[in-house]
Amino acid sequence: MSPPPLSWYLLLSAVLFGLGVAGFLFKRNIITVFMSIELMLNAVNLSFVAFAYQWKQVDGHLFVFFVIVVAAAEAAVGLAIILAVFRNRGTLNPDELGQMRR
Amino acid sequence: MQLWLIPALPLAGFLINGLLGRRLGQKAVSAVGVGSSALAFLWTLRVFTAWGGSTGAQIERYFTWIQTGALEVELAFYLDRLTLVMLLVVTGVGTLIHLYSTGYMAREGGYYRFFAFLNLFLFFMLVLVLAANYLLLFVGWEGVGLSSYLLIGFWFRRSSAAEAGKKAFLVNRIGDFGFSLGILLMYVSFRSLDFTTVFARAGQAETATLTAIALLLFVGAAGKSAQVPLYVWLPDAMEGPTPVSALIHAATMVTAGVYMVARSAALFAGAPAALEVVAAVGLLTAFLAATIGLVQTDIKRVLAYSTVSQLGYMFLALGVGAQGAAIFHLMTHAFFKALLFLAAGSVIHALGGEQDLRRMGGLARRIPITAATFVTGALALAGLPPLAGFFSKDEILVQAYLRSPALFAVGLLTAALTSFYVFRAVFLAFCGESRLEAAAEHHLHESPPVMTGPLGALAVLSVVGGWVGWSGLAGMLGAPTFGQWLAPVFAGAGSRTEAPRALELGLAGLSVAAALAGAALAYWCYLARPELSRRLAEGAGVFYRLVQRKYYVDEIYGAAVVRPILAVSTGFLWKALDAGVIDGLVNQVGRQSKQTGEVLRLMQSGNLRSYAGWVVLGAVAVLALMGALAR
Repeated sequence: MSPPPLSWYLLLSAVLFGLGVAGFLFKRNIITVFMSIELMLNAVNLSFVAFAYQWKQVDGHLFVFFVIVVAAAEAAVGLAIILAVFRNRGTLNPDELGQMRR
Repeated sequence: MQLWLIPALPLAGFLINGLLGRRLGQKAVSAVGVGSSALAFLWTLRVFTAWGGSTGAQIERYFTWIQTGALEVELAFYLDRLTLVMLLVVTGVGTLIHLYSTGYMAREGGYYRFFAFLNLFLFFMLVLVLAANYLLLFVGWEGVGLSSYLLIGFWFRRSSAAEAGKKAFLVNRIGDFGFSLGILLMYVSFRSLDFTTVFARAGQAETATLTAIALLLFVGAAGKSAQVPLYVWLPDAMEGPTPVSALIHAATMVTAGVYMVARSAALFAGAPAALEVVAAVGLLTAFLAATIGLVQTDIKRVLAYSTVSQLGYMFLALGVGAQGAAIFHLMTHAFFKALLFLAAGSVIHALGGEQDLRRMGGLARRIPITAATFVTGALALAGLPPLAGFFSKDEILVQAYLRSPALFAVGLLTAALTSFYVFRAVFLAFCGESRLEAAAEHHLHESPPVMTGPLGALAVLSVVGGWVGWSGLAGMLGAPTFGQWLAPVFAGAGSRTEAPRALELGLAGLSVAAALAGAALAYWCYLARPELSRRLAEGAGVFYRLVQRKYYVDEIYGAAVVRPILAVSTGFLWKALDAGVIDGLVNQVGRQSKQTGEVLRLMQSGNLRSYAGWVVLGAVAVLALMGALAR
């Protein structure tokens, strides 16, 4: 049985990315927003891997590793910031965090 | 001969006093100020003795100052007999005045500042005198103008002093503009600014070119040396401390124009029309200033107009081609006018600041040394033999007579006026009843030895200084007279003619008679019949008012020049052009960016999701664009 064609993977990746964008735009909890970002990153990872497999080249895999590392670091820093914000402001709603503007 | 040491010493004095003076004590400041000037004088004496009898010029080159295209200007000093005379006068009289200032300025604030500026002036004056090309001369020329400005406005808290400094600077600007144009034209015509090259090439130049250069140079000289029509700054410059008036505005700086024209004799020789202008302006200045001097009541202003008048004599001499006589009068004038100013300063010092002749009188008994030295200066200025002024003024008058008896007649009349106004000052200040105010009466005291010492030295010079030009004495000693000694300098240009002996004696007799008549008239008007002067003033009516208001020259300049320039500057250049166009443009740019910012600011909502929305929109837009382009 032959593997599914590239377009399936790309379609899945696009759907996941779209979900991520929608979650980022519409969710009111900053943790969920954060998770949406991770979803977008991994959607991109999926298309990288699919292309790498298709063209039999290792570059895509390399990029994926970098993205995973950066995402891990981002998660560490981001969660710490969220924690600090929650302690100080007592809210996780990004709409209520507009102080820098005023 | 290490000529550079001569200006370098005062420069060092300026730097030490200017940078550290505030921390040095008054004694140290005096030592540095007077010492640097005295050392410069001693070095000048050394150069003078080492110079020997050479009649030529010697140039000391140090380095190339400017080299661009065909123009090459060197930092080089030029030494000949004319330079030597100027060096001796500037450093000699300068040292005496420095010494005098230690007494006169002892209780003034800014003591170190005063001496720093005085040394700075000396430095620039020596550069001016020593320069071997016109550009370096111009550096000194501007430098003395700057020092003059700084010293006139020394008491800058007094607005009249600050105004006077500004006026001197601005009026000199007009002259300097002419001078710089002259230098440019000289470069265009001769492709060089060095004295030797320029003078050598002057012979082949066209008369029109030479006339233009000479006239432009003379505009500069008229500004610096206070000649009609640019003399108006000098009387106001009396706002400065009296030693400054003596050094800068009587003995040295104001003679820079005379020196420059004498130095450029080779250029003027090829421009007879320019020489006639010089003579006419000189004579006019001598006469007008003397008439104004008749009615001044401020002792320093009498002397100031006298200086303008005497400078006019020097230009008269230059104009008739008697450069030697002009330099001779420059030298003797430096002696006796410095003496008169310092003695006047001593009077002012003694009276605690009183300068008005109407509130003096009878001072001869109270401050005898000052009185005696002032009278010596007055006799020398009036031109009575055997004092210095007699010989030099007589030589000018003789040379003027040889050119035209009319010049001589006006010169003679001016000599009588000179004698009248200076003896009027003497009689009003030192003779008759005391008209002192109580405070001045209480303050009255003879000046300290550090002030009377220089007065004595200058008094001696005012007596004997003219003897170097006395042919009788020179004949006895077998030495050349001053004029003959200086003649080689002007060899290419001089039209110096020896007058017949009988004529010379006759003219001398006339000038002495004129001086005596002036003095006698002053005696009659101010001592014998004091009420007469008032009656005379009333009798002269319009003319008296005209002279007293200085021919309304300041008012005319104010209406014709200052007011229009101010109006254009304020109405058009400031309010329309600067505030309207230039500021308007700048403000418009600022307003525009602010408005753009206001619009763009709306995007900065502080709302995380609106930012994300913009990002998504942007990404979609880019993708759409790429899609559209790919198709």
